[in-house]
Amino acid sequence: MNLNWQFIIDSLPLYRQAAWATLKLGFWGILISLVIGLICSIALYLKLKGLKTIVKIYIELSRNTPLLIQLFFLYFGLTKLGITLSENTCAIIGLSFLGGSYMAEAFRSGLEAVSRSQIESGLSIGLSQAQLVRYVIFPQAFSVSMPSVAANCIFLLKETSIVGAIAVVDLMNVTKDLIGMYYQTFESLLMLVAAYLIIILPLSMLLTWLERRVRYAEFGN
Amino acid sequence: MQSLGISILFTGVNMQRLFEGLMVTVRIAFISISIGSLLGIVLGVIWTSKSKWLRSVCRLYLEMFRIIPILVWLFVMYFGVTTALNIDLSGETVSIIVFSLWGAAEMGDIVRGALESLPRHQVDSGKAIGLNPWDLYQYILIPQAVKRMLPGAINLATRMVKTTSLVVLIGVIDVTKVGQQIIERFRVEIPTASFWVYGFVFILYFIICYPLSKISRILENRWNG
Repeated sequence: MNLNWQFIIDSLPLYRQAAWATLKLGFWGILISLVIGLICSIALYLKLKGLKTIVKIYIELSRNTPLLIQLFFLYFGLTKLGITLSENTCAIIGLSFLGGSYMAEAFRSGLEAVSRSQIESGLSIGLSQAQLVRYVIFPQAFSVSMPSVAANCIFLLKETSIVGAIAVVDLMNVTKDLIGMYYQTFESLLMLVAAYLIIILPLSMLLTWLERRVRYAEFGN
Repeated sequence: MQSLGISILFTGVNMQRLFEGLMVTVRIAFISISIGSLLGIVLGVIWTSKSKWLRSVCRLYLEMFRIIPILVWLFVMYFGVTTALNIDLSGETVSIIVFSLWGAAEMGDIVRGALESLPRHQVDSGKAIGLNPWDLYQYILIPQAVKRMLPGAINLATRMVKTTSLVVLIGVIDVTKVGQQIIERFRVEIPTASFWVYGFVFILYFIICYPLSKISRILENRWNG
């Protein structure tokens, strides 16, 4: 198989731009997901009335429907009701809507893993609520939920590949265009796979390393 | 003339067509989940072998699907592999191949986890009463492992059903594509068409996936407790 190296070099800037777009969307998506997840998991943990039901419905809706349909609904559906969002905004909202529920589950499992006796011991030695959260609950919950949070980050970054379907100029979109315009199928696909490897492989390794570093809550429980 | 948006779902044969599209989605999901599970069980058993080399190959195979998005695999298979081998595969065939391979990788990991979590003495006792490896797996290990891997496997099935929504991007006429066709057709008569149609497709996916994830959670709670 002969690769057209000139074509690969020429299309490099396009891919670099698209990779940045993917990274930027992924960054915002993950950040907002973390915030939504934190709020939802706290609402579930504290069993706040009313809010808990809403959070539960949200989690079920978001976990049991595909991102592509969520995006189509946001991008094409809502426009007709007068809510017009740019494709980038749509992509970030879609990713956060999806990611929020996954993060919420991850945080919730962490919070629930902190045993009753830990909290009661903390209270009995006279810690204030804030101290209890800061020194007892948070470190343990964080350590337990870290692996699933890391997995969710990778998952969300991979899910960004779908936003090309609503006209965001991401890696998939660029590839599709190049295949369509120049018929350089192998070169474009090679660049696509390479781009995702470059983005996700280091992150995956970093997160695996981080997971090992924070695995301190497994003892003495 | 402006009519109520939701009526688009009941105009003509629209509802029937959407369900025909849904059947394509369900068919792809069902076939891939079946093939993926079978291959996955084989892969999982191979994975527990003592050979370090075999284990790394399995691991590499799984990581390939974990790191590169499924949509990229669909593109590589649909545009790349077909061109390289000079063969013609329909979008549906390509999606079944990709989803089966991916399902096998994930299922293999679940089966491996379940087999490795079984107490060591189960294998030893089986060997002690003179079972050959085949019988050992058939009568001792697989039946026990099934219980431990079922919640994860059902969860995987939910993920695969959701991921089948991507096939529309490589030209398969699934429920989303049918929805798009209906929206195009009624662009003038019913301007809010896309809201109702995509909303309906959203609900359809939810109706399929929700029971699956519910069952998975119930089984998990029952067997863990």
